[in-house]
Amino acid sequence: MMNMSKSLLTSILRRIDEKEKSLYLLLLIAVAILPLASQSDYVLRIATLCGIYIVLALGLNLVTGYAGQMCLGWAAFYGIGAYTSALLVMRLHASFWLALPAAGLMAAFFGLLLGIPTMRLKNTYLAITTLGFGEIVRLILLNWTDLTRGSMGLPGIPSPSFFGIDLDGKLFYYYFIVVLVIVTLVTMARLVDSRLGRALQAIREDELAAKSMGIDTTRYKIVAFAIGAFFAGIAGSFFAHYSAYIDPHNFAFGESIAVLSMVILGGMRSLPGVVFGAVVLTLLPEVLREAAEYRMIVFGGILMLTMLLRPQGIFGGVQRKKVSLTPEAVGQGKQPLYQNRLPEKAG
Amino acid sequence: MSLLNIDRVTKRFGGLIAVDNFSARIDEGTITGLIGPNGAGKTTVFNLLTGIYPVDEGDIFLGNQAITNQAPHRIATAGVARTFQNIRLFKELSVLDNVRIGAHSRGRAGIFGAIFRNRAARREEATIHAKAIQLLQEAGLAEYSSELAGNLSYGLQRKLEIVRALAGEPRLLILDEPAAGMNPRETEELMAFVRRLHDRGLTILLIEHDMKLVMSLCQRVIVMDHGQKIAEGPPEEIRTNRAVVEAYLGKGA
Repeated sequence: MMNMSKSLLTSILRRIDEKEKSLYLLLLIAVAILPLASQSDYVLRIATLCGIYIVLALGLNLVTGYAGQMCLGWAAFYGIGAYTSALLVMRLHASFWLALPAAGLMAAFFGLLLGIPTMRLKNTYLAITTLGFGEIVRLILLNWTDLTRGSMGLPGIPSPSFFGIDLDGKLFYYYFIVVLVIVTLVTMARLVDSRLGRALQAIREDELAAKSMGIDTTRYKIVAFAIGAFFAGIAGSFFAHYSAYIDPHNFAFGESIAVLSMVILGGMRSLPGVVFGAVVLTLLPEVLREAAEYRMIVFGGILMLTMLLRPQGIFGGVQRKKVSLTPEAVGQGKQPLYQNRLPEKAG
Repeated sequence: MSLLNIDRVTKRFGGLIAVDNFSARIDEGTITGLIGPNGAGKTTVFNLLTGIYPVDEGDIFLGNQAITNQAPHRIATAGVARTFQNIRLFKELSVLDNVRIGAHSRGRAGIFGAIFRNRAARREEATIHAKAIQLLQEAGLAEYSSELAGNLSYGLQRKLEIVRALAGEPRLLILDEPAAGMNPRETEELMAFVRRLHDRGLTILLIEHDMKLVMSLCQRVIVMDHGQKIAEGPPEEIRTNRAVVEAYLGKGA
């Protein structure tokens, strides 16, 4: 009887998993055939934009959602990635395929640079410092005119080519960002569910307890910043080549707030939530284009409502994974677990 | 053979001398109780041992290794695990995750292992998972594995904190008022649990106000008052020690 109900339970759980899988598959198919379903360039452009923001928001989610470190200057890493990639390709004639990872690494490097002095700071202090960092980067982009042309921006950023074939089609960019989104999602899902991911969450929950568990909290926070910034840099590189023109105002404070809002709206610590938040907040300004003057009011209103009614975000809150206690899952008899095991419970 | 050697340690907070020239040796495989009136400096000693406060004077050795003024995470990795007076679990994480995080110092997997899930990383994850489940089973907490730590009852939270500390395979376990706020039944259970750990050979240092627990559990008791050690010895001796009685009840008692 016990066994039967247990196996019934596991089969139900498995079915839920199956359902989730088929949901993801459906989503993937929908994303794949979107360009066929709609011939409109406009739709494709908005979809591509959604992809860029998903990658940006997933990066920030690792820092703010999982590690619990506030950042108000996320657009700085986005901008560093965009300018690194554009300048490498335009000034040094590097290939896009080299400039893309270089942009990620450059942003990650700046993540480390920002992290080293600031990771001793907490909450408000960290928020202000990252805000300052975002402004500094924007001002450098604006004023280092020899390198960046300042407010004139960088026009004519070339599209990538692949074995001599120019890839400047909207379809290429669309499918490429889909690939980047999937890679980012898989990476984040794996990071979060690992020794590293657990350490980050421990820091968010209780830093002192995390230290007492042997977690080098300063180092892990810096690592979180670097990984998150890497993805922001990748998003920046993609954006630079996709839009073919960048200037410093693309990476201003408003952008940082927008990305942070995506993370908060969808739900920190929930990957589907962050994707949802990024899509909704990218679409919203488009939908509200008619009422352009009231756009920011609606935008702010939605955020206030989220914070009031569902501070954990729409998808936020905790997903519980059922822990299996079967001998196989527990791994009994496979290896000695630790040197001095507890003796059998007496009486 | 002493596992922990605290050698003439002093800690000042401004004008206040919280710990004054305090020395103690903890022998391997023993349970030692650290008692004293409120404000005697017991928790400060714990915070010095675990690196949360820097030591002003003196040295602390774990085995042959000096751990004086090391960063808390290094001391934890060296083999000192602790619980807190006011429970500090990772409340929004599952019971299982709490224990797996406790095993952090025994793992090595980094970014590469997390993303690419190579063999070593997979094996490490499996070992940590299995160890965590086993510890939870031994403590009778396995059925709550997927529950949020913050949703457990108070007594179970206290127990989970000990299990989390054990996951790091410590050489020395220090418990800060493990029975605080527990009802008599929970205290009994806790004592049985601590005894089993002792039988396994674990060295334990605990602060506790429940004298029944201290006297029946500990082989050795150290008494502090005003930051100083005023007595040390087996429980039956401490019970009748004049200085101890005076510290608790005042002179003329």
